[in-house]
Amino acid sequence: MNTIHVAFFAAFREQAGVESHTLQTAATSARELFDELRALFPGLEPYANMKYAVNDEMVHADHVLREDDRVLFFPPVAGG
Amino acid sequence: MSFIVSAAPIDVAALRRQMADDTCGAFTSFEGWVRNHNEGHRVRRLEYEVYAPLAVSEGERLIAQAREQFGITAAHVVHREGLLELGDCAVWVGVTAPHRDEAFSACRFLIDEAKVRLPIWKKEHYVNGDSGWVNCERCATHAGAG
Repeated sequence: MNTIHVAFFAAFREQAGVESHTLQTAATSARELFDELRALFPGLEPYANMKYAVNDEMVHADHVLREDDRVLFFPPVAGG
Repeated sequence: MSFIVSAAPIDVAALRRQMADDTCGAFTSFEGWVRNHNEGHRVRRLEYEVYAPLAVSEGERLIAQAREQFGITAAHVVHREGLLELGDCAVWVGVTAPHRDEAFSACRFLIDEAKVRLPIWKKEHYVNGDSGWVNCERCATHAGAG
């Protein structure tokens, strides 16, 4: 089990109802962690083109999580 | 030059002056403005949320890529955050190069990639009182219901 800090942005923050959350988890990847969080925050909806960041670096969904990582979940972006 | 996130209005004339360079024969710029409609909705204003630490580092990476790929002299991008009104400049891209071809190409590359790669989100506030996150259609339903 790792202690992981998560942060939600934009639509995800509104769906979850919180900006951040810390949890003990057995999830090994960013994608697995998101699936676990959907049980905690039932409003969360996955998007095919969502993005993940760990410790302020963009990562793939299968990025392996480590103790004390800060995982950021980004809904579909729309700059410009 | 660099990528900047700004809470204040973009001073286009000042940015253009900063790009001045005697070695360049071309300057291209792009301005993204707040439009009063989108996909059949009448838009009243826009709200940009930016995760600045990553938007800046990824934005700098984009600019470095543009310099390498197109051989331009310099590039600068400014993106607004917060509440914007109709007609406001939401994003400014400026590129200088010895010749126009690379300046046009790099400018197009920078705005296109910025829209899909940077952690920036746009929420539309509609004239009818609803709101919705762009590229996130189901969220508009939530907002309308809320």
